[in-house]
Amino acid sequence: MIITTNRRNSPLKFLIWGYIIWSLVPVVIAVVFSFNDGRSRTVWQGFSLRWWFTDPNASVFQNAEMRNAIVNSLVLAFSTIVLVTPLGIALAIGAQRIRGRSANFVQGLTSTPLITPEIVVGAALLLTFTRLFTAVPLGFVAQLLGNVTFSLASVVVIVRARLVSIGSSFEEAARDLGASRWQAMRFVLVPMLWPSVMASLVVVFATVIDDFVITSFLSAGVSSETVPLRIYSSVRGGASPALNALATLLVLTSFTVLIIGLFGLSAWRKKHGERGGLKAALADVTQIEG
Amino acid sequence: MDTLHRGLKQANLKRSPGLWAGFAIPGTVWLIALFVIPFYAVACIAFGTIDPIFRDAVPQWNPLAWNFAQAQEIFTSLITGPLRGVAVRTVIYVVCALSLCFLFGFPIAYFLARHAGKRKLLLLVLIIVPFWVNYLMRMLAWVNLLSVDGLFTRFMRNFGVNYNWLDGSPITVILGLVYGYIPFLILPLYATLERLDWRLVDAARDLGANSRQAFRMVTLPLSKAGMVAAGILIALPMFGDYYTNDLLSRSPSTEMIGNQIDFFLNASTEPQKGALLVLALSMFLLLFMSFYLRSTRQQSRQVTR
Repeated sequence: MIITTNRRNSPLKFLIWGYIIWSLVPVVIAVVFSFNDGRSRTVWQGFSLRWWFTDPNASVFQNAEMRNAIVNSLVLAFSTIVLVTPLGIALAIGAQRIRGRSANFVQGLTSTPLITPEIVVGAALLLTFTRLFTAVPLGFVAQLLGNVTFSLASVVVIVRARLVSIGSSFEEAARDLGASRWQAMRFVLVPMLWPSVMASLVVVFATVIDDFVITSFLSAGVSSETVPLRIYSSVRGGASPALNALATLLVLTSFTVLIIGLFGLSAWRKKHGERGGLKAALADVTQIEG
Repeated sequence: MDTLHRGLKQANLKRSPGLWAGFAIPGTVWLIALFVIPFYAVACIAFGTIDPIFRDAVPQWNPLAWNFAQAQEIFTSLITGPLRGVAVRTVIYVVCALSLCFLFGFPIAYFLARHAGKRKLLLLVLIIVPFWVNYLMRMLAWVNLLSVDGLFTRFMRNFGVNYNWLDGSPITVILGLVYGYIPFLILPLYATLERLDWRLVDAARDLGANSRQAFRMVTLPLSKAGMVAAGILIALPMFGDYYTNDLLSRSPSTEMIGNQIDFFLNASTEPQKGALLVLALSMFLLLFMSFYLRSTRQQSRQVTR
């Protein structure tokens, strides 16, 4: 018997909508204030695009420091993706298939960074790059190595979940039909991994472009300042609404990537006759079944 | 037939250990070089010495020659000395924030998994949205609302509340932590409750349990492991948080352990103290981390079985 009484659930319904409003409205207000006509981030003085486009020195797209931060963020995110994707896919395949004691070691090693607080990773890498691996200069290179280390685990988790759901029977069928081990992998397994690769790209991009702690610990001043670092250093100062515009731009960027990824994923699933559509795509990205 | 097939399958996978190890090697080497060795480096600096002239930390790479004098000083300070306040405050803030997260997060996840009905996908998407909004943007949003002439501050003034939210208020810091981390609790909780076999709850009801009893004796025990794992998942970053505090308070009166680490490593000339605090924090969190890893491994083993 399934009991669903609407009367009893209405406080919960109230709670969930209240929560959604509480979690989203402050952000919406911050976005709205990026269009403020005055210098204030708190008192509304009419609509304008000056902090986005028109102000020749202070607007997001014309302020030298903000543009520098945007470029740094994008370069860091794309470079991390280029390094971490092949590394993560290979590690996921290897970690899932080796057996014995080394398997436990690799498994532990890949899951630990995922739950280690970022400040610990950031601090450890800072001390390592300044005292041990001194050939690595702080700034872009250190930030890149740090972000690859921190996001490697999430690629492994996503690709591995896919490997588990694929199983080994497709590859075995290919082997039975005469494919070499390498061919079975290249022409059967790898194409089937594609959705998890796409999901990894989206997740890594969003993680790196939003990352604050590691990027901050490993930065070398203005030359390697990313958008989150810029926001962090100016939030409590008397920054103009251009700061809101910069933060909005950051959010828009990760949303665009997420939405493209989700539609790409659900289109892939449809084309290859896999169930789920958008909902499954969401599960690919969040790793939460719904 | 089935056993034969299974045997073949295992043989097939086992036949090429070298190939699979080859796949795992680059990533493993990367993690050893940039995750394991850095921890060793932290220890070498924490248990190293201080240059008498430049006052800089000199790492001691030989564990047999480690010097524990500074470590003793820091640990004494954490337990009875000046750092005790910071340590206690960190625990209190995290416990308060975590409790509030559960208080609101659990019913929300429960509703989403059990009663959301037709609107489920919409609600799920709306709840996932904050996940993808940059953390600093979300803090920036509250800094704007809570500043002296911010919308929320002005709104509260109508009710005679004239409070300086952004100047060392523990309430703001705790609520900031809740705001920051609750999405990361709701989603795993939802996943746990979604996977739960609700037929068991229905069976309990059919056998005469009232809804409260069914909840207490069936739902809660079945979701306990998932709840603990989800709680640990947000407690870990909260223990290491310093930016929430820095953005919403900036006062020494609300400092957490993360702020001290940030200070010693980024703004002081005593990185050794920072390294020691990183070690202390890691030791403390290791307990939760190993518990989490064990429980998730058990879960995944159950799934594959």
